[in-house]
Amino acid sequence: MPEGTGAATTGADRGLDVPLVRLSGITKRFPGVLANDEVSFDIRPGEVHALLGENGAGKSTLIAILSGVLQPDSGRIEVNGRPVRIASPRDAIRLGIGTVYQHSTLVPTLSVVQNLMLGQRWWRPLGRAAALARLAELSALLGVRVDPDATAGSLSLGQQQQVEIVKALWRGERVLVLDEPTSMLTPQGVEELGQVMARLAARGFGIVFVSHKLQEVLAFGHRVTVLKLGRKAGEIPPARLSALSPAEATAEILDLMFGRGAADPEAPRRRASTIRADDAPLLEVEHLSAGEGAVQDVSFTLRPGEILGIAGVDGNGQKQLAEALAGQLRAEAGRIRFAGRDITRLPVARRHALGLRYLTDDRLGEGTVGGFAIGTNLVMKRVGEPPFWAGGFERPARIAAHARELIGRYDVRTPGPEVPIATLSGGNIQKALFGRELSGEPRLLLANKPTYGLDVANIRAARDRISAAAAAGVACILISTELDELLELSDRIAVMYRGRIAGIVGNGPDAERAIGRLMVGGA
Amino acid sequence: MSAAATPAAAALPAWLRALVPLVLALGIGALILAALGRDPVQFFANVLNRAVFNRSGLQETLVLMAPLLLIAASLIVCFRAGLWNLGIDGQFLLAATFASAFAAAWVAALPYWVAMALLFLLAAAVGAGWAMLPAFLKARYGVNEIVSTLMMNFLGFGLSAFLIKTLFGDPEHPAPQTTMLEVAERLPRIGETLVHVGVVFALLVILAVHVVMTRTGFGLRLRIVGHNPRAAEHAGLNVRRLTFAVFAISAALAGLAGAVEVLGVRGVVRADWHPGYGLLVVPLVFLARFHGVAAIAFVFVFAVLSIGGESAARRADLPNDFLLIMMALILVILAVTDHVASRARG
Repeated sequence: MPEGTGAATTGADRGLDVPLVRLSGITKRFPGVLANDEVSFDIRPGEVHALLGENGAGKSTLIAILSGVLQPDSGRIEVNGRPVRIASPRDAIRLGIGTVYQHSTLVPTLSVVQNLMLGQRWWRPLGRAAALARLAELSALLGVRVDPDATAGSLSLGQQQQVEIVKALWRGERVLVLDEPTSMLTPQGVEELGQVMARLAARGFGIVFVSHKLQEVLAFGHRVTVLKLGRKAGEIPPARLSALSPAEATAEILDLMFGRGAADPEAPRRRASTIRADDAPLLEVEHLSAGEGAVQDVSFTLRPGEILGIAGVDGNGQKQLAEALAGQLRAEAGRIRFAGRDITRLPVARRHALGLRYLTDDRLGEGTVGGFAIGTNLVMKRVGEPPFWAGGFERPARIAAHARELIGRYDVRTPGPEVPIATLSGGNIQKALFGRELSGEPRLLLANKPTYGLDVANIRAARDRISAAAAAGVACILISTELDELLELSDRIAVMYRGRIAGIVGNGPDAERAIGRLMVGGA
Repeated sequence: MSAAATPAAAALPAWLRALVPLVLALGIGALILAALGRDPVQFFANVLNRAVFNRSGLQETLVLMAPLLLIAASLIVCFRAGLWNLGIDGQFLLAATFASAFAAAWVAALPYWVAMALLFLLAAAVGAGWAMLPAFLKARYGVNEIVSTLMMNFLGFGLSAFLIKTLFGDPEHPAPQTTMLEVAERLPRIGETLVHVGVVFALLVILAVHVVMTRTGFGLRLRIVGHNPRAAEHAGLNVRRLTFAVFAISAALAGLAGAVEVLGVRGVVRADWHPGYGLLVVPLVFLARFHGVAAIAFVFVFAVLSIGGESAARRADLPNDFLLIMMALILVILAVTDHVASRARG
């Protein structure tokens, strides 16, 4: 270890102008996505550097690069002024960068101290006494109390996170990276985490605090960097941040996140409503429960041409709701009526035939069979049906013609319909899936995170596709974690919180604030 | 493999890629023979002379192919659907036992072809029935079918022996065995040869299975389940029902293999007989990459090695196990070439 061991209080003497870690010009591409585009980011001693951005803005990629999980395609990383390569998580630890990931890395059946001793070399004796001493030292540093013999799984999520932080600093790391640490915490847990970060900063640690929640960023961050679609939208240094009033700071950050004028509630482009109010509701969901508590007592109705947005922090039952509506998940209670008909017990294929189309968010996992040709994937929900099959036998010419038509109409960039679909970019796979779900006679499009992981042009294309479907009279349910997307497209927005619909708000000037309150469980 | 070689490797046709491990394995086998002081050219010439370039030897080869082809068809169905029916040997033996137990009586009582058709149906039904428990466990509880079908083999062997020693035994005969089907009553031979019509039947069945798996909606459904069960659920396929269908078809085909072997060649099942064809065919089907026509070719190669290798090994003063070593080599090299190819595709 080059430095840091046992030197918990000397970091602040280093002088604030040499960053502990400096990332400059970091670029990282994935197929079809530019996840980080020339991003620069400094971690300075004594500072909580908040990294803010919506889902898909590139925060997780940047964190993964910082912690050695991913390698940048280009760009420069310096630690204490020296250029380095972080080839693996082990390298990151060696360089003094400790990371607390979004999901727990503790072994739930082991005790706290056993978890902390896990990283030792196998030939070393376990050294429980030394581990207990180190735990006591770090607990004091963080100002938390941790029972070393408690089973990790029995701790609250907040306590587990404290153990994760102890683990991340175990080898004397000076930089602590926290990836969306508040997403699982209670408000009290968030408060405690804030205190821990403040204590560490006061002792000269450099902290990266990733969040997509503005209030937390303002409450805990000394410096704020905003990422947007992989690019750094801007940075607010500590001097400026402390000079601003909370309202001014909010406005400035919203400017960075959504562009100038986004703070003005009238500004987001909103599509003209295409509800056919005279028509009877197409979909009526009554007291639907599914997925062993994942969806509880959900009720709403939907008319032809209407777009109902479903907002909520990811993991609050949106996916299970979509699967229950599509028929992939059995309804445990309640009723689903579609065009006046009870479809609660109908299997997936029958619902699809009635015109209920589910555009899944898991494009590769369940939406497609990656090794099969595009043409085959495009008829995957109609296997055995005419005109693509006759007397049980495939008609390759018909399937290819159908594929070529959809490829042309939906602008799928591919050498041809015979290419395995997994070789396409994410955006093109999504275009093909739009084509599949909207072919035939769709009546309801259930789009689950339709723009997740896509680049700007494909996001635009997907949103326009949903608008056009609604204009053509298709009822749409749009599940999304992107607020701007929901505000742009929806007529009404339902907010899911812990499996229930916390409220449904009409899309209008106050919608954003109302949704924000509902998303965190407020009334 | 270097990056420059990648496009070339990817451009190789599938049949050539399947051939590479075979040729490599035969080459290594030749090296081993040379190291043992035997003449490899002579050895392989003996194999071919006995099993291909010899009228009765070729006929033996073809006759051996009949049950192997039906088992290959059985495996192609389940492997393409992503299910591991490794219970083929139990299904084969039980079906053979039932067919053999009723063969003599039914042939005596019914018109010949009616009796034969009923015996084939019986064998298919027994095979399929024996697979229903693993199918149910898989479809209902997700129980790993590799374990359950392998266990069913042991139960099947035991049940078969028990039946032969009790209900199905021939009281006239001292050793426990079913009633013998006389040579004249076995499946008719083609012309003046040893080759019975079961060989043609097996060829037609595996070709039909190939067409069903690659050209029909039913086959596509099975392949979707095999490649991505979640995509199958998403696309609205009834995965449970398809699981039952796959087990039933696959095991019925294994049962037919048993019927062909007993009604065409052996005429009787002894309590201690289980040839264990099933697990020999598994690697061949993998070599053929689940392709029906390629499977015919590999079954032929295997049959040649079996028929010709036995005498060639004897003449070279090598144990019979030398053939097993060749088979194992082919498999290991297949695994290695597949790994290299997928790394190169990267």
